[in-house]
Amino acid sequence: MNLIEIQHRMLDAVMQPLTPGEQMQPRARDGKSMREVAAEFIKPNDRLSSFERLEIYNRQYWFRVLASLDEDFPGLRAIIGQRRFDALCKAYLVDCPSQSFTLRNLGSRLESWLRSHPEWIQPRASLALDMVRLEWAEIDAFDGAAEPVLTPGDALASEPDPQFSLQPYLQLIKLRYPVDDLLVAIRKDSSEAGMASNAVSERRKQTRVRKVARQKPQAIYLVVHRVEYSVYFKRLEPEAFTFLKALREGKTLSDAVVLAFQRSDVHESNLLGIVQNWFENWSTLGWFCRPKSANQESISSSERQP
Amino acid sequence: MPANAFNGFTDFGVGIGLRVPHYQHILSEKPVVSWFEIISENYMIDGGRPLHVLERILERYRVVQHGVSMYFGSPEPVNREHLKKLKALVRRTKTPWLTDHLCWGSVDGTYSHDLLPMPYTFEAARHTAQKIRKVRDFLEIPIAVENVSSYAEFHVSEMTEWEFLTEVVESADCGILLDVNNIYVSSRNHNFDPDDYVDGVPAERVAQIHIAGHSKFEKYILDTHDHPVIDPVWKLYARAVELVGRTATLLEWDDNIPSFAEVHNEALKANRFIPEMAVAS
Repeated sequence: MNLIEIQHRMLDAVMQPLTPGEQMQPRARDGKSMREVAAEFIKPNDRLSSFERLEIYNRQYWFRVLASLDEDFPGLRAIIGQRRFDALCKAYLVDCPSQSFTLRNLGSRLESWLRSHPEWIQPRASLALDMVRLEWAEIDAFDGAAEPVLTPGDALASEPDPQFSLQPYLQLIKLRYPVDDLLVAIRKDSSEAGMASNAVSERRKQTRVRKVARQKPQAIYLVVHRVEYSVYFKRLEPEAFTFLKALREGKTLSDAVVLAFQRSDVHESNLLGIVQNWFENWSTLGWFCRPKSANQESISSSERQP
Repeated sequence: MPANAFNGFTDFGVGIGLRVPHYQHILSEKPVVSWFEIISENYMIDGGRPLHVLERILERYRVVQHGVSMYFGSPEPVNREHLKKLKALVRRTKTPWLTDHLCWGSVDGTYSHDLLPMPYTFEAARHTAQKIRKVRDFLEIPIAVENVSSYAEFHVSEMTEWEFLTEVVESADCGILLDVNNIYVSSRNHNFDPDDYVDGVPAERVAQIHIAGHSKFEKYILDTHDHPVIDPVWKLYARAVELVGRTATLLEWDDNIPSFAEVHNEALKANRFIPEMAVAS
Protein backbone atom coordinates (compact mmCIF):
# COMPACT_ATOMS: atom_id res chain seq x y z
CA MET A 1 0.00 0.00 0.00
CA ASN A 2 1.53 3.33 -0.98
CA LEU A 3 1.33 6.70 0.77
CA ILE A 4 -1.74 7.99 -1.05
CA GLU A 5 -3.66 4.75 -0.60
CA ILE A 6 -2.96 4.79 3.15
CA GLN A 7 -4.01 8.41 3.43
CA HIS A 8 -7.26 7.87 1.55
CA ARG A 9 -8.16 4.84 3.66
CA MET A 10 -7.24 6.46 6.93
CA LEU A 11 -9.03 9.75 6.28
CA ASP A 12 -12.12 7.89 5.13
CA ALA A 13 -12.17 5.92 8.40
CA VAL A 14 -11.32 8.92 10.58
CA MET A 15 -14.12 11.02 9.13
CA GLN A 16 -16.79 8.33 9.36
CA PRO A 17 -19.30 9.27 12.08
CA LEU A 18 -19.00 7.56 15.46
CA THR A 19 -21.64 5.21 16.83
CA PRO A 20 -24.16 6.64 19.34
CA GLY A 21 -21.82 5.31 22.05
CA GLU A 22 -18.95 7.33 20.53
CA GLN A 23 -17.11 4.27 19.25
CA MET A 24 -15.78 3.69 15.75
CA GLN A 25 -18.31 2.13 13.37
CA PRO A 26 -17.97 -1.64 13.01
CA ARG A 27 -18.34 -1.30 9.21
CA ALA A 28 -16.58 0.98 6.75
CA ARG A 29 -18.62 2.97 4.23
CA ASP A 30 -18.26 0.19 1.65
CA GLY A 31 -19.64 -2.37 4.13
CA LYS A 32 -16.29 -4.01 4.87
CA SER A 33 -15.47 -4.89 8.46
CA MET A 34 -13.66 -1.93 9.99
CA ARG A 35 -11.48 -4.35 11.96
CA GLU A 36 -10.26 -5.80 8.67
CA VAL A 37 -9.83 -2.35 7.12
CA ALA A 38 -7.76 -1.14 10.07
CA ALA A 39 -5.67 -4.34 10.20
CA GLU A 40 -4.71 -3.90 6.55
CA PHE A 41 -2.60 -0.83 7.22
CA ILE A 42 -2.24 -0.28 10.99
CA LYS A 43 -0.12 -2.44 13.27
CA PRO A 44 -1.60 -3.60 16.58
CA ASN A 45 0.53 -3.41 19.72
CA ASP A 46 0.52 -5.33 23.00
CA ARG A 47 -2.36 -3.20 24.37
CA LEU A 48 -4.41 -2.01 21.40
CA SER A 49 -5.72 -3.66 18.25
CA SER A 50 -5.40 -1.94 14.87
CA PHE A 51 -9.08 -1.02 15.18
CA GLU A 52 -8.57 0.59 18.60
CA ARG A 53 -5.58 2.59 17.40
CA LEU A 54 -7.48 3.93 14.42
CA GLU A 55 -10.45 4.64 16.68
CA ILE A 56 -8.36 7.12 18.71
CA TYR A 57 -8.05 9.30 15.58
CA ASN A 58 -11.69 8.77 14.64
CA ARG A 59 -12.84 9.97 18.05
CA GLN A 60 -10.41 12.90 18.12
CA TYR A 61 -11.64 14.11 14.73
CA TRP A 62 -15.29 14.14 15.74
CA PHE A 63 -14.69 15.62 19.19
CA ARG A 64 -12.66 18.43 17.62
CA VAL A 65 -15.02 19.41 14.79
CA LEU A 66 -18.17 19.10 16.90
CA ALA A 67 -16.62 21.24 19.64
CA SER A 68 -15.79 23.85 17.04
CA LEU A 69 -19.39 24.10 15.77
CA ASP A 70 -20.68 23.97 19.33
CA GLU A 71 -18.61 27.04 20.11
CA ASP A 72 -19.60 28.91 16.95
CA PHE A 73 -23.37 28.31 17.00
CA PRO A 74 -24.68 28.49 20.61
CA GLY A 75 -27.82 30.25 19.37
CA LEU A 76 -28.79 27.49 16.96
CA ARG A 77 -28.04 24.95 19.68
CA ALA A 78 -30.42 26.71 22.08
CA ILE A 79 -33.17 26.83 19.46
CA ILE A 80 -33.13 23.15 18.49
CA GLY A 81 -31.67 21.62 21.67
CA GLN A 82 -28.30 19.99 22.32
CA ARG A 83 -29.13 16.45 21.11
CA ARG A 84 -30.66 17.57 17.86
CA PHE A 85 -27.85 20.08 17.36
CA ASP A 86 -25.25 17.33 17.75
CA ALA A 87 -27.05 15.15 15.21
CA LEU A 88 -27.45 18.07 12.82
CA CYS A 89 -23.73 18.92 13.05
CA LYS A 90 -22.76 15.31 12.31
CA ALA A 91 -25.02 15.23 9.25
CA TYR A 92 -23.71 18.62 8.09
CA LEU A 93 -20.07 17.56 8.47
CA VAL A 94 -20.67 14.33 6.56
CA ASP A 95 -22.08 16.37 3.65
CA CYS A 96 -19.77 19.37 4.05
CA PRO A 97 -16.45 18.31 5.57
CA SER A 98 -13.90 21.05 6.11
CA GLN A 99 -12.32 22.42 2.96
CA SER A 100 -10.31 25.07 4.72
CA PHE A 101 -7.02 25.04 6.59
CA THR A 102 -8.75 26.72 9.52
CA LEU A 103 -11.61 25.55 11.74
CA ARG A 104 -12.82 29.15 11.67
CA ASN A 105 -14.49 28.37 8.33
CA LEU A 106 -16.13 25.11 9.40
CA GLY A 107 -19.62 26.61 9.59
CA SER A 108 -19.37 28.64 6.39
CA ARG A 109 -21.78 26.37 4.50
CA LEU A 110 -24.18 25.67 7.36
CA GLU A 111 -26.89 28.15 6.31
CA SER A 112 -27.01 26.95 2.71
CA TRP A 113 -26.92 23.32 3.86
CA LEU A 114 -29.83 23.93 6.24
CA ARG A 115 -31.84 25.53 3.45
CA SER A 116 -31.63 22.27 1.56
CA HIS A 117 -32.14 20.17 4.73
CA PRO A 118 -34.87 22.05 6.62
CA GLU A 119 -35.99 18.84 8.33
CA TRP A 120 -33.22 19.40 10.89
CA ILE A 121 -34.65 22.71 12.06
CA GLN A 122 -38.41 22.17 11.82
CA PRO A 123 -40.75 23.46 13.16
CA ARG A 124 -38.62 26.55 13.86
CA ALA A 125 -36.86 26.72 10.50
CA SER A 126 -37.16 30.48 9.93
CA LEU A 127 -36.00 31.27 13.45
CA ALA A 128 -33.09 28.82 13.19
CA LEU A 129 -32.00 30.16 9.81
CA ASP A 130 -32.07 33.72 11.13
CA MET A 131 -29.89 32.64 14.04
CA VAL A 132 -27.37 30.83 11.85
CA ARG A 133 -27.12 33.85 9.56
CA LEU A 134 -26.53 36.09 12.57
CA GLU A 135 -23.95 33.79 14.13
CA TRP A 136 -22.02 33.53 10.88
CA ALA A 137 -22.21 37.32 10.37
CA GLU A 138 -20.73 37.70 13.84
CA ILE A 139 -17.77 35.50 12.90
CA ASP A 140 -17.19 37.52 9.72
CA ALA A 141 -17.50 40.81 11.58
CA PHE A 142 -15.09 39.70 14.29
CA ASP A 143 -12.07 39.18 12.06
CA GLY A 144 -13.03 40.94 8.84
CA ALA A 145 -10.72 43.53 7.30
CA ALA A 146 -10.84 47.16 8.41
CA GLU A 147 -9.77 49.91 6.00
CA PRO A 148 -8.64 53.37 7.08
CA VAL A 149 -11.64 55.34 8.32
CA LEU A 150 -12.92 58.11 6.08
CA THR A 151 -12.24 61.52 7.59
CA PRO A 152 -13.75 64.92 6.78
CA GLY A 153 -10.41 65.85 5.27
CA ASP A 154 -10.65 63.19 2.60
CA ALA A 155 -11.14 64.66 -0.85
CA LEU A 156 -14.08 62.33 -1.41
CA ALA A 157 -16.40 64.45 0.71
CA SER A 158 -16.07 67.37 -1.68
CA GLU A 159 -17.08 65.38 -4.78
CA PRO A 160 -20.50 66.31 -6.20
CA ASP A 161 -21.97 62.79 -6.03
CA PRO A 162 -19.46 60.58 -4.20
CA GLN A 163 -19.44 56.83 -3.66
CA PHE A 164 -18.89 55.90 -0.04
CA SER A 165 -17.25 52.63 0.90
CA LEU A 166 -18.30 50.65 3.95
CA GLN A 167 -15.87 48.84 6.20
CA PRO A 168 -15.41 45.29 4.88
CA TYR A 169 -16.12 43.85 8.34
CA LEU A 170 -19.59 45.42 8.42
CA GLN A 171 -22.35 42.83 7.94
CA LEU A 172 -25.85 43.86 6.84
CA ILE A 173 -28.51 41.24 7.48
CA LYS A 174 -32.27 41.19 7.27
CA LEU A 175 -34.01 39.03 9.85
CA ARG A 176 -37.55 37.92 10.63
CA TYR A 177 -37.10 37.24 14.32
CA PRO A 178 -35.28 39.25 17.03
CA VAL A 179 -32.45 36.74 17.20
CA ASP A 180 -29.99 39.51 18.07
CA ASP A 181 -31.64 39.98 21.46
CA LEU A 182 -32.10 36.24 21.81
CA LEU A 183 -28.42 35.51 21.19
CA VAL A 184 -27.32 38.13 23.71
CA ALA A 185 -29.71 36.64 26.30
CA ILE A 186 -28.54 33.08 25.58
CA ARG A 187 -24.92 34.11 26.07
CA LYS A 188 -25.83 35.83 29.32
CA ASP A 189 -27.60 32.70 30.53
CA SER A 190 -24.55 30.61 29.67
CA SER A 191 -22.14 32.93 31.45
CA GLU A 192 -24.37 32.91 34.51
CA ALA A 193 -24.68 29.12 34.39
CA GLY A 194 -21.85 28.86 36.89
CA MET A 195 -24.03 30.51 39.49
CA ALA A 196 -27.21 28.59 38.70
CA SER A 197 -27.36 24.93 37.82
CA ASN A 198 -27.03 23.90 34.17
CA ALA A 199 -30.59 22.62 34.23
CA VAL A 200 -31.89 26.01 35.39
CA SER A 201 -29.84 27.76 32.73
CA GLU A 202 -31.11 25.41 30.00
CA ARG A 203 -34.73 25.88 31.11
CA ARG A 204 -34.27 29.63 30.99
CA LYS A 205 -32.90 29.40 27.46
CA GLN A 206 -35.78 27.22 26.33
CA THR A 207 -38.29 29.70 27.74
CA ARG A 208 -36.60 32.51 25.86
CA VAL A 209 -36.56 30.52 22.61
CA ARG A 210 -40.24 29.62 22.95
CA LYS A 211 -41.14 33.25 23.56
CA VAL A 212 -39.31 34.43 20.45
CA ALA A 213 -40.61 31.54 18.32
CA ARG A 214 -44.20 32.52 19.21
CA GLN A 215 -43.71 36.05 17.89
CA LYS A 216 -45.13 36.99 14.52
CA PRO A 217 -42.26 37.34 12.02
CA GLN A 218 -41.46 40.93 11.14
CA ALA A 219 -38.59 42.47 9.23
CA ILE A 220 -35.58 43.45 11.35
CA TYR A 221 -32.73 45.29 9.68
CA LEU A 222 -29.48 44.65 11.46
CA VAL A 223 -25.89 45.78 11.17
CA VAL A 224 -23.26 43.57 12.79
CA HIS A 225 -20.31 45.84 13.45
CA ARG A 226 -17.24 46.35 15.61
CA VAL A 227 -16.30 48.92 18.19
CA GLU A 228 -12.85 48.64 19.74
CA TYR A 229 -12.56 45.11 18.30
CA SER A 230 -15.73 43.88 20.02
CA VAL A 231 -18.74 42.87 17.90
CA TYR A 232 -22.08 44.63 18.38
CA PHE A 233 -25.53 44.45 16.82
CA LYS A 234 -27.35 47.62 15.75
CA ARG A 235 -30.88 47.67 14.39
CA LEU A 236 -31.70 50.20 11.67
CA GLU A 237 -34.77 51.67 10.05
CA PRO A 238 -35.51 50.02 6.69
CA GLU A 239 -34.52 53.21 4.83
CA ALA A 240 -31.16 53.33 6.56
CA PHE A 241 -30.55 49.66 5.85
CA THR A 242 -31.43 50.05 2.14
CA PHE A 243 -29.18 53.10 1.98
CA LEU A 244 -26.20 51.18 3.39
CA LYS A 245 -26.90 48.20 1.12
CA ALA A 246 -26.88 50.53 -1.86
CA LEU A 247 -23.57 52.08 -0.81
CA ARG A 248 -22.10 48.62 -0.38
CA GLU A 249 -23.20 47.77 -3.90
CA GLY A 250 -21.25 50.78 -5.15
CA LYS A 251 -24.14 53.17 -5.77
CA THR A 252 -23.48 56.89 -5.59
CA LEU A 253 -24.80 58.96 -2.71
CA SER A 254 -27.73 60.32 -4.70
CA ASP A 255 -28.69 56.89 -6.08
CA ALA A 256 -28.52 55.41 -2.59
CA VAL A 257 -30.82 58.14 -1.25
CA VAL A 258 -33.32 57.51 -4.05
CA LEU A 259 -33.29 53.77 -3.37
CA ALA A 260 -33.59 54.23 0.39
CA PHE A 261 -36.65 56.45 0.25
CA GLN A 262 -38.45 55.20 -2.86
CA ARG A 263 -41.06 53.33 -0.80
CA SER A 264 -40.90 55.60 2.21
CA ASP A 265 -43.45 58.16 3.32
CA VAL A 266 -40.78 60.50 4.68
CA HIS A 267 -41.34 64.00 3.37
CA GLU A 268 -38.72 65.22 0.92
CA SER A 269 -37.94 68.25 3.06
CA ASN A 270 -36.74 65.93 5.84
CA LEU A 271 -34.42 63.82 3.72
CA LEU A 272 -31.32 65.97 4.05
CA GLY A 273 -31.57 66.05 7.84
CA ILE A 274 -32.10 62.29 8.07
CA VAL A 275 -29.17 61.47 5.82
CA GLN A 276 -26.93 63.95 7.64
CA ASN A 277 -27.89 62.35 10.92
CA TRP A 278 -27.04 58.88 9.56
CA PHE A 279 -23.66 60.09 8.40
CA GLU A 280 -22.88 61.67 11.75
CA ASN A 281 -23.78 58.51 13.67
CA TRP A 282 -22.15 56.06 11.32
CA SER A 283 -19.01 58.17 10.92
CA THR A 284 -18.62 58.15 14.70
CA LEU A 285 -18.83 54.36 14.57
CA GLY A 286 -16.18 54.30 11.82
CA TRP A 287 -18.41 52.54 9.30
CA PHE A 288 -17.16 54.51 6.30
CA CYS A 289 -13.74 53.86 4.93
CA ARG A 290 -11.59 55.35 2.25
CA PRO A 291 -12.25 53.68 -1.09
CA LYS A 292 -9.58 51.14 -2.05
CA SER A 293 -8.51 53.34 -4.98
CA ALA A 294 -7.95 56.26 -2.60
CA ASN A 295 -5.83 54.07 -0.31
CA GLN A 296 -3.76 52.87 -3.24
CA GLU A 297 -3.28 56.46 -4.43
CA SER A 298 -2.18 57.44 -0.96
CA ILE A 299 0.27 54.51 -0.78
CA SER A 300 1.67 55.33 -4.23
CA SER A 301 2.14 58.99 -3.35
CA SER A 302 3.89 58.12 -0.08
CA GLU A 303 6.13 55.71 -1.96
CA ARG A 304 7.05 58.48 -4.35
CA GLN A 305 8.25 60.71 -1.52
CA PRO A 306 12.04 60.84 -1.16
CA MET B 1 24.24 25.09 19.27
CA PRO B 2 22.17 28.02 20.45
CA ALA B 3 22.12 29.63 17.03
CA ASN B 4 22.09 27.85 13.71
CA ALA B 5 20.90 28.26 10.15
CA PHE B 6 17.61 26.58 11.02
CA ASN B 7 16.55 29.16 13.59
CA GLY B 8 17.87 32.16 11.74
CA PHE B 9 21.07 32.26 13.86
CA THR B 10 19.09 33.52 16.82
CA ASP B 11 19.67 32.83 20.49
CA PHE B 12 16.21 32.70 22.04
CA GLY B 13 15.67 31.43 25.58
CA VAL B 14 12.56 29.91 27.11
CA GLY B 15 9.24 31.11 25.72
CA ILE B 16 5.56 30.27 25.98
CA GLY B 17 2.67 30.02 23.56
CA LEU B 18 0.58 33.17 23.14
CA ARG B 19 -2.95 32.20 24.17
CA VAL B 20 -6.19 34.19 24.35
CA PRO B 21 -6.78 33.86 28.14
CA HIS B 22 -3.42 35.59 28.71
CA TYR B 23 -3.87 38.52 26.31
CA GLN B 24 -5.13 40.91 28.96
CA HIS B 25 -2.39 40.06 31.45
CA ILE B 26 0.40 40.36 28.90
CA LEU B 27 -0.81 43.66 27.50
CA SER B 28 -1.41 45.26 30.87
CA GLU B 29 1.38 43.78 33.00
CA LYS B 30 4.01 43.52 30.27
CA PRO B 31 5.78 40.54 31.87
CA VAL B 32 9.35 39.77 30.88
CA VAL B 33 9.17 36.85 28.46
CA SER B 34 11.99 35.80 26.19
CA TRP B 35 9.63 35.15 23.27
CA PHE B 36 6.16 34.02 22.31
CA GLU B 37 5.16 31.33 19.90
CA ILE B 38 1.96 32.01 17.97
CA ILE B 39 -0.22 29.55 16.09
CA SER B 40 0.03 31.00 12.59
CA GLU B 41 -3.50 30.00 11.57
CA ASN B 42 -5.03 32.08 14.38
CA TYR B 43 -3.64 35.22 12.76
CA MET B 44 -4.05 34.38 9.06
CA ILE B 45 -7.14 36.56 9.01
CA ASP B 46 -8.03 39.94 7.55
CA GLY B 47 -8.47 42.03 10.71
CA GLY B 48 -10.05 42.35 14.13
CA ARG B 49 -8.89 41.78 17.66
CA PRO B 50 -6.43 38.91 17.09
CA LEU B 51 -4.33 40.99 14.69
CA HIS B 52 -4.63 44.07 16.92
CA VAL B 53 -3.31 42.10 19.89
CA LEU B 54 -0.56 40.61 17.76
CA GLU B 55 0.56 44.09 16.69
CA ARG B 56 0.80 45.16 20.32
CA ILE B 57 2.70 42.01 21.23
CA LEU B 58 5.11 42.58 18.35
CA GLU B 59 5.89 46.08 19.65
CA ARG B 60 7.43 44.53 22.74
CA TYR B 61 8.20 40.86 22.21
CA ARG B 62 9.89 38.46 19.81
CA VAL B 63 7.45 36.13 18.11
CA VAL B 64 8.00 32.82 16.33
CA GLN B 65 5.33 31.30 14.12
CA HIS B 66 4.18 27.73 14.58
CA GLY B 67 1.71 26.21 12.12
CA VAL B 68 -0.76 23.36 12.41
CA SER B 69 -2.09 23.02 8.89
CA MET B 70 0.73 22.98 6.34
CA TYR B 71 0.53 19.20 6.24
CA PHE B 72 3.87 18.62 4.55
CA GLY B 73 3.02 14.93 4.22
CA SER B 74 -0.41 15.36 2.60
CA PRO B 75 -0.67 14.19 -1.00
CA GLU B 76 -1.92 17.38 -2.63
CA PRO B 77 0.37 20.25 -3.66
CA VAL B 78 0.71 23.15 -1.25
CA ASN B 79 -2.22 25.55 -1.50
CA ARG B 80 -0.89 28.81 -2.99
CA GLU B 81 -3.54 30.97 -1.31
CA HIS B 82 -2.63 29.46 2.04
CA LEU B 83 1.04 30.18 1.38
CA LYS B 84 0.35 33.78 0.38
CA LYS B 85 -1.55 34.38 3.62
CA LEU B 86 1.22 32.74 5.58
CA LYS B 87 3.85 34.84 3.88
CA ALA B 88 1.92 38.02 4.67
CA LEU B 89 1.96 36.99 8.33
CA VAL B 90 5.66 36.13 8.16
CA ARG B 91 6.34 39.67 6.94
CA ARG B 92 4.23 41.09 9.74
CA THR B 93 5.82 39.09 12.56
CA LYS B 94 9.36 38.93 11.13
CA THR B 95 9.57 35.45 12.59
CA PRO B 96 13.20 34.32 12.33
CA TRP B 97 12.12 30.77 11.55
CA LEU B 98 8.85 28.97 11.02
CA THR B 99 7.73 25.60 12.27
CA ASP B 100 5.02 23.11 11.37
CA HIS B 101 4.50 19.41 11.84
CA LEU B 102 5.93 16.35 10.16
CA CYS B 103 2.54 14.88 9.44
CA TRP B 104 -0.37 14.88 7.05
CA GLY B 105 -3.99 15.86 7.64
CA SER B 106 -5.80 16.47 4.38
CA VAL B 107 -6.56 14.63 1.17
CA ASP B 108 -7.83 16.29 -2.02
CA GLY B 109 -8.64 19.49 -0.14
CA THR B 110 -10.63 17.84 2.65
CA TYR B 111 -9.15 18.69 6.05
CA SER B 112 -9.13 16.56 9.20
CA HIS B 113 -7.69 19.34 11.39
CA ASP B 114 -5.58 16.67 13.03
CA LEU B 115 -1.87 15.87 12.91
CA LEU B 116 -1.99 12.41 11.35
CA PRO B 117 1.11 10.22 11.48
CA MET B 118 3.26 9.44 8.46
CA PRO B 119 4.12 5.95 7.31
CA TYR B 120 7.91 5.85 7.68
CA THR B 121 8.80 4.98 4.10
CA PHE B 122 11.36 6.39 1.70
CA GLU B 123 8.54 7.34 -0.67
CA ALA B 124 6.85 9.40 2.07
CA ALA B 125 10.15 10.98 3.07
CA ARG B 126 10.90 12.06 -0.52
CA HIS B 127 7.42 13.49 -1.01
CA THR B 128 7.48 15.36 2.30
CA ALA B 129 10.97 16.77 1.83
CA GLN B 130 10.06 18.07 -1.61
CA LYS B 131 7.07 19.90 -0.18
CA ILE B 132 9.10 21.41 2.65
CA ARG B 133 11.61 22.76 0.12
CA LYS B 134 8.82 24.34 -1.93
CA VAL B 135 7.31 26.02 1.12
CA ARG B 136 10.70 27.29 2.29
CA ASP B 137 11.50 28.65 -1.18
CA PHE B 138 8.21 30.52 -1.24
CA LEU B 139 8.39 31.88 2.31
CA GLU B 140 12.10 32.64 2.17
CA ILE B 141 12.76 31.81 5.83
CA PRO B 142 14.20 28.77 7.61
CA ILE B 143 11.73 25.98 8.34
CA ALA B 144 11.85 23.41 11.12
CA VAL B 145 9.53 20.40 11.27
CA GLU B 146 8.13 19.00 14.49
CA ASN B 147 7.82 15.33 15.36
CA VAL B 148 4.19 14.61 16.31
CA SER B 149 2.69 12.38 18.98
CA SER B 150 1.17 9.30 17.44
CA TYR B 151 -1.18 6.52 18.38
CA ALA B 152 -0.81 4.29 15.32
CA GLU B 153 2.03 2.66 13.37
CA PHE B 154 1.86 1.41 9.81
CA HIS B 155 2.74 -2.02 8.42
CA VAL B 156 4.53 -0.39 5.48
CA SER B 157 7.02 1.56 7.62
CA GLU B 158 10.60 0.87 6.59
CA MET B 159 12.42 2.66 9.41
CA THR B 160 12.02 4.11 12.91
CA GLU B 161 10.40 7.49 13.41
CA TRP B 162 13.70 9.19 14.20
CA GLU B 163 15.27 7.68 11.09
CA PHE B 164 12.35 8.99 9.08
CA LEU B 165 12.69 12.44 10.64
CA THR B 166 16.39 12.43 9.81
CA GLU B 167 15.73 11.27 6.24
CA VAL B 168 13.21 14.08 5.72
CA VAL B 169 15.20 16.94 7.26
CA GLU B 170 18.40 15.96 5.50
CA SER B 171 16.64 15.63 2.14
CA ALA B 172 14.86 18.93 2.65
CA ASP B 173 17.88 20.53 4.34
CA CYS B 174 15.62 21.97 7.02
CA GLY B 175 15.59 22.16 10.80
CA ILE B 176 13.93 20.14 13.54
CA LEU B 177 11.51 21.32 16.17
CA LEU B 178 12.19 18.57 18.66
CA ASP B 179 9.12 17.98 20.82
CA VAL B 180 10.38 15.91 23.74
CA ASN B 181 6.88 15.44 25.13
CA ASN B 182 5.78 14.00 21.79
CA ILE B 183 8.77 11.67 21.84
CA TYR B 184 7.80 10.52 25.31
CA VAL B 185 4.12 10.04 24.36
CA SER B 186 4.98 8.08 21.22
CA SER B 187 7.60 6.01 23.05
CA ARG B 188 4.96 4.84 25.51
CA ASN B 189 2.40 4.23 22.78
CA HIS B 190 4.82 2.31 20.56
CA ASN B 191 7.19 0.71 23.07
CA PHE B 192 10.52 2.29 22.16
CA ASP B 193 13.21 3.90 24.27
CA PRO B 194 12.79 7.70 24.06
CA ASP B 195 16.54 8.16 24.63
CA ASP B 196 17.20 6.26 21.40
CA TYR B 197 15.06 8.83 19.61
CA VAL B 198 16.84 11.86 21.09
CA ASP B 199 20.22 10.26 20.46
CA GLY B 200 19.21 9.40 16.91
CA VAL B 201 18.28 12.79 15.50
CA PRO B 202 20.88 15.07 13.89
CA ALA B 203 21.54 17.44 16.79
CA GLU B 204 22.99 20.14 14.55
CA ARG B 205 19.60 20.56 12.88
CA VAL B 206 17.57 21.19 16.05
CA ALA B 207 16.24 24.74 15.80
CA GLN B 208 13.84 24.64 18.74
CA ILE B 209 12.52 22.34 21.48
CA HIS B 210 8.92 21.90 22.65
CA ILE B 211 7.93 20.75 26.11
CA ALA B 212 4.35 20.04 27.26
CA GLY B 213 2.11 17.95 29.46
CA HIS B 214 -0.11 15.06 28.42
CA SER B 215 -2.89 12.78 29.67
CA LYS B 216 -2.44 9.15 30.59
CA PHE B 217 -5.17 6.64 29.83
CA GLU B 218 -5.32 2.94 30.62
CA LYS B 219 -3.85 1.73 27.34
CA TYR B 220 -2.27 4.78 25.77
CA ILE B 221 -1.10 8.35 26.37
CA LEU B 222 -2.76 11.30 24.68
CA ASP B 223 -0.93 14.51 23.84
CA THR B 224 -3.35 16.98 25.42
CA HIS B 225 -1.16 19.96 26.45
CA ASP B 226 -3.29 20.44 29.53
CA HIS B 227 -0.95 19.51 32.37
CA PRO B 228 2.45 20.49 33.72
CA VAL B 229 5.48 18.73 32.28
CA ILE B 230 6.16 15.40 34.01
CA ASP B 231 9.59 14.38 35.29
CA PRO B 232 10.40 11.79 32.60
CA VAL B 233 9.81 14.48 29.97
CA TRP B 234 12.10 16.91 31.84
CA LYS B 235 14.67 14.14 31.92
CA LEU B 236 14.35 13.75 28.17
CA TYR B 237 14.64 17.51 27.79
CA ALA B 238 17.86 17.47 29.82
CA ARG B 239 19.26 14.79 27.55
CA ALA B 240 18.27 16.76 24.44
CA VAL B 241 19.92 19.93 25.77
CA GLU B 242 23.03 17.93 26.60
CA LEU B 243 23.27 16.79 22.98
CA VAL B 244 21.97 19.87 21.21
CA GLY B 245 23.13 22.67 23.46
CA ARG B 246 21.06 25.55 24.79
CA THR B 247 18.21 25.89 22.32
CA ALA B 248 15.07 28.02 22.02
CA THR B 249 12.55 26.19 24.20
CA LEU B 250 8.81 26.57 24.28
CA LEU B 251 6.16 25.27 26.69
CA GLU B 252 2.84 24.39 25.06
CA TRP B 253 -0.29 24.64 27.23
CA ASP B 254 -3.46 24.65 25.15
CA ASP B 255 -6.28 23.31 27.28
CA ASN B 256 -7.40 24.00 30.86
CA ILE B 257 -5.01 26.92 30.62
CA PRO B 258 -4.00 28.21 34.07
CA SER B 259 -2.84 31.75 34.90
CA PHE B 260 -0.08 33.38 32.92
CA ALA B 261 2.25 33.15 35.93
CA GLU B 262 1.66 29.43 36.33
CA VAL B 263 2.35 28.72 32.67
CA HIS B 264 5.41 30.97 32.60
CA ASN B 265 6.84 29.49 35.80
CA GLU B 266 6.38 26.00 34.42
CA ALA B 267 8.24 27.00 31.26
CA LEU B 268 11.08 28.60 33.19
CA LYS B 269 11.79 25.29 34.91
CA ALA B 270 13.55 24.47 31.65
CA ASN B 271 16.41 26.74 32.75
CA ARG B 272 17.30 24.22 35.48
CA PHE B 273 18.40 21.84 32.78
CA ILE B 274 20.53 24.31 30.86
CA PRO B 275 23.98 24.32 32.56
CA GLU B 276 24.84 28.00 32.02
CA MET B 277 21.34 29.11 33.12
CA ALA B 278 21.36 26.84 36.18
CA VAL B 279 24.68 28.35 37.34
CA ALA B 280 23.35 31.88 36.79
CA SER B 281 20.24 31.20 38.86
